Amino acid sequence: MSLALRNLTVSIGPHQVCAGLDLDLAPGSCLAILGKNGAGKSTLLATLAGLRPPDAGRIALAGRTYAELGLAAAARLRGWLGQERNDPFASTVLDTVLTGRHPHLGRWDWEAPADTAIARAALAAMGLAGMEQREIRTLSGGERQRAALATLLAQQPQLYLLDEPLAHLDLNHQIATLELFTRQAQTEQIAVAMVLHDPNFALRFCDRVLLLFGDGTHSTGAAAEILDAASLSRLYGHPLRRVEAPHLRHPVFVPE
Amino acid sequence: MPTRRRALLVLTLLLLLAAASLATALAVGSLAVPLSEVAAALLGTQGADSGTLPVVLDLRLPRALAGFACGGLLALAGALMQVLLRNPLADPYVLGISGGAGVGALSAMLLGLAGLGIAGFSFVGALAAMLLVFGLAHGDGSWTQTRLLLTGVVVAAGCGAVVALILSLAPEQRIHGMLFWLMGDLSQAGEVAPVLVVLVLALAVTLPFARELNLLARGAEQALALGVAVPTLRRLIYFVAALATAAAVTTAGSIGFIGLIVPHLVRLAIGNDQRLLLPAVVLAGGSLLVLADTLARTVVAPIQLPVGVLTALIGVPAFLYLLGRGAKT
Repeated sequence: MSLALRNLTVSIGPHQVCAGLDLDLAPGSCLAILGKNGAGKSTLLATLAGLRPPDAGRIALAGRTYAELGLAAAARLRGWLGQERNDPFASTVLDTVLTGRHPHLGRWDWEAPADTAIARAALAAMGLAGMEQREIRTLSGGERQRAALATLLAQQPQLYLLDEPLAHLDLNHQIATLELFTRQAQTEQIAVAMVLHDPNFALRFCDRVLLLFGDGTHSTGAAAEILDAASLSRLYGHPLRRVEAPHLRHPVFVPE
Repeated sequence: MPTRRRALLVLTLLLLLAAASLATALAVGSLAVPLSEVAAALLGTQGADSGTLPVVLDLRLPRALAGFACGGLLALAGALMQVLLRNPLADPYVLGISGGAGVGALSAMLLGLAGLGIAGFSFVGALAAMLLVFGLAHGDGSWTQTRLLLTGVVVAAGCGAVVALILSLAPEQRIHGMLFWLMGDLSQAGEVAPVLVVLVLALAVTLPFARELNLLARGAEQALALGVAVPTLRRLIYFVAALATAAAVTTAGSIGFIGLIVPHLVRLAIGNDQRLLLPAVVLAGGSLLVLADTLARTVVAPIQLPVGVLTALIGVPAFLYLLGRGAKT
């Protein structure tokens, strides 16, 4: 599914996140959103998910705005991973992941065996097979993050909007998670937009990049063209050096 | 997550518990009535000349039904408040509804009103507190859980101060009645039909949204992303819980612990799926209050204890037992 942004302006309080942003995310494409802490990456992603209104501009999923889609139809099209992990009540891991099936169920439906099978497959894909009956609050931070990603997989959307999907994950699971979503994007023509903190991951796994400079300006385009030492140094306010690695497919950015 | 079949089984068992508690309430008392006569009285097959008929039908039945309805309403309101505030410590009284009702009821008693006057004043007090909290919490349009909770707690504290003021100003002979009202007392329960209707309506309005409440309990933003109309649902839950509380408190005073403990008891036993939890807490809360009230009027008869004391005395050890058992597994 495609995501189209036209002349999008987003701000939070007095802080402008972006102004006049035009962006097209094609099916099978993967977008990395990079920026400093507080630049407004999460705010922008929540806006793209339809959870808060933009100040101006238009957001269209496969040609239709959130207002035209309605909440339920939108929930079948796009999945959003937030940063908050907080469960005040006890629940098993499987029950937590089954909540991802909500948009696919009618008002009086109960989860069918098919839904449970989807949830179990999602848990297995995130390396949590065998933990179905564990209490969610006894999981480690990284396991909880993977349970949240599994919930999103169980939702089976056409557009993934991931806010720091790698938070709390060890290196092994960081790579596995990035490979899973980029592979899904290519094989199932799904679009992915994610907030990342590592420009090297952005270059390796994403074909498109959006840089938010924190002063309302932005820069977007193909990852290989946008990501260079100068713009990344400006983005993070810290000098980065580009290192060519002949035996790797991509150059590497190293902080000075 | 329970299957639909298991949910029906649990609810059937709880229905039996409710029937048993009501039967006990009708049979037990200063005049013991055999269950066969209770059944005959209910079915209308008993002769009008029988001495037990008015005791069962006119004295005990309205009181037992009022107790069941109030217990069910308080437990339902407690379960809804805990989801709405995403806080396991929430209860029906946390947002000041009972405080408002208390100010109303005690004002009526201070003015020398009785029966319907007290009920009317306390209902108006509860509604005023409900609208005050809603209006203040909604002030800047954000309506966050924390703001709602803080507003409710402050309004409740204010009502508590007014209640203390009325108690200190009230003439000696009225204080006993006021204290009983504050502790919760079913002997004053008047008309039963309205509170039963409110119970059925509250459950009928919330059950269609039960799965959405499961999502709301896990987080508002995630629920919104999964297609739940969060602002509308929150308002609905707030008003249903507040009206349920107002109806219960108006009928029987502020009976404590049912609204906090019954949702936890049921949650520990059957999990937190609102599709099963909401009807289950209604049956469990109703049964517990009927049993507690039966004890309250028999245990040191002819003196009647305020039922609120009994609900706490039964509920607290039961809760601690389940909590301890849950911690071991």
